[in-house]
Amino acid sequence: MYTQALNTSDGDNSHIEDAARSANFQARIDADERIEPNDWMPAAYRKTLTRQISQHAHSEIVGMLPEGNWITRAPSLRRKAALLAKVQDECGHGLYLYAAAETLGTSREELVDLMLAGKSRYSSIFNYPTLTWADIGAIGWLVDGAAIMNQIPLCRCSYGPYARAMIRVCKEESFHQRQGFEIMVMLSKGTEEQKAMAQSALDRWWWPVLMMFGPPDKASQHSDTSTKWKIKRFSNDELRQKFVDATVPQAQFLGLTIPDPGMKQNANGNWEYSAIDWEEFNQVLAGNGPCNRDRLAARRKAHDDGAWVREAATAYAEKRKQRQHAQAAE
Amino acid sequence: MAVASIQVSETPLVLYTLRRADDALILGHRLSEWCGHAPMMEEDMALANMGLDLLGQARELYAYAAKVEGRDNDEDKFAYLRDVRQYRNLLLLEQPNGDFARTMVRQFFYAAFADLYWRAMMQSSDPTLAAIAAKSEKESAYHVRHSSEWMVRLGDGTEESHRRAQSAIDDLWAYTGEMFHLDDSERGLIGAGIAIDPAKLHAPWLKTVSGVVNEATLALPDNNWMQQGGRDGRHSEHLGHLLSELQSLPRTFPGATW
Repeated sequence: MYTQALNTSDGDNSHIEDAARSANFQARIDADERIEPNDWMPAAYRKTLTRQISQHAHSEIVGMLPEGNWITRAPSLRRKAALLAKVQDECGHGLYLYAAAETLGTSREELVDLMLAGKSRYSSIFNYPTLTWADIGAIGWLVDGAAIMNQIPLCRCSYGPYARAMIRVCKEESFHQRQGFEIMVMLSKGTEEQKAMAQSALDRWWWPVLMMFGPPDKASQHSDTSTKWKIKRFSNDELRQKFVDATVPQAQFLGLTIPDPGMKQNANGNWEYSAIDWEEFNQVLAGNGPCNRDRLAARRKAHDDGAWVREAATAYAEKRKQRQHAQAAE
Repeated sequence: MAVASIQVSETPLVLYTLRRADDALILGHRLSEWCGHAPMMEEDMALANMGLDLLGQARELYAYAAKVEGRDNDEDKFAYLRDVRQYRNLLLLEQPNGDFARTMVRQFFYAAFADLYWRAMMQSSDPTLAAIAAKSEKESAYHVRHSSEWMVRLGDGTEESHRRAQSAIDDLWAYTGEMFHLDDSERGLIGAGIAIDPAKLHAPWLKTVSGVVNEATLALPDNNWMQQGGRDGRHSEHLGHLLSELQSLPRTFPGATW
């Protein structure tokens, strides 16, 4: 029921991806032209983008869960409205991104099924639990902050629908980031218990957030072709460093301590961080994070519990169509 | 819990405003429980949207109640520091979400009332309530449209959806009468043109509800015994659990601002 009318052009004709078309495609990319859904594109470009955009969409949808965990417990009506609106924005981003992925020829339904089957990933960060209200601040400040670092360059991505989606998503994310930081400001100016809550959230989220930028450049599988196709414009390590440099002064402003005693500023002004525990990252990707099972179970439950509603909507639409046909025939 | 409940001077206008504020907050809270768990992403968006409308209404009404009361209460004290017996919402709105059919029937019964109510309240002689009514009416008109369309889809969809929708109607029907109930504290306000007589809304409400229920191939129950008590703080067991979750942070951390 989710499939849009699509003008797909890959698959069967991939054997005629001749050298001339590939060269022409690359020339367009090099000239910073946007690739649009009905343009010819190499099958691998389509596949890479479908993977990336759908993973991004899944992340928005699964990302509703850790924050949704605090909507009913938000500590003031203003915070409650802001959080509900924020999580709703994420759902909107998910919808928008699935639509962008559909322009590449795979339906939202198929993409969602892959995620529910555990065959398509979402961001590792959402496999960590939100234990206190400060986690809602930390997610906005750090997770959305990291997401913005990743996504601003995607506004210039070579694939038009993705780039345009990112422009809108980034505007909302930057609002979310400021909201999260404001929660942290309130907590860090608050009671001793609130300050401790804020520090604990930073302690728990810092390293997983650094992992959000993906494996170190020397180990990244997808970077080379993605860079050539201008899907990716900065390396994982470059973006991670940018994020750390932007975040350290913010933590200082809050009076919080980044949980990396070895961190130091070098002569160029960059903050050098200690080694990241990539084993933890790999374990989370392998399904062994603290919440992987809970997150997938929650999405599957919503999907399964909602099946009869979606069936009812389809059945009603079918009945209505038949009645209209019958009326027209009279 | 560490933080005690507030005292409220429930003069007729304060009480009247708090009752409507509590309606909006409690239903908004219930809708917000769906966020991330709806049957489809479009409904996640729609339920959150309606929840946000209701939260907005609640905040305006609490702010006005605080102003009229003239003590140092505010929207958050009203929401977070009153216990079950001090809450004044309709019993219908605190009923648990249940399945999607139950949520939609609850929404439909209330929205069909709220839309008529706010439209009538636009004529209130109280300019603040009239202004809140003008904004809320636009929102509730959408809530009626959205929930009516689902009533028809669920009722006239599959056997399973029909059964679930009918069962929700049967279970929630007894909570609809309270919307039209009137007590002495409100009579004076009606006389002054501040409030409207809800009993006058019953006939148009029933017309809307019957029309949609018929189109949905569903039926209204014959049993017209109606539950009451929410307006006086005699609630179902469900509200206490809702409040213990809603109020947990401000009740646990005295003196904290968030």
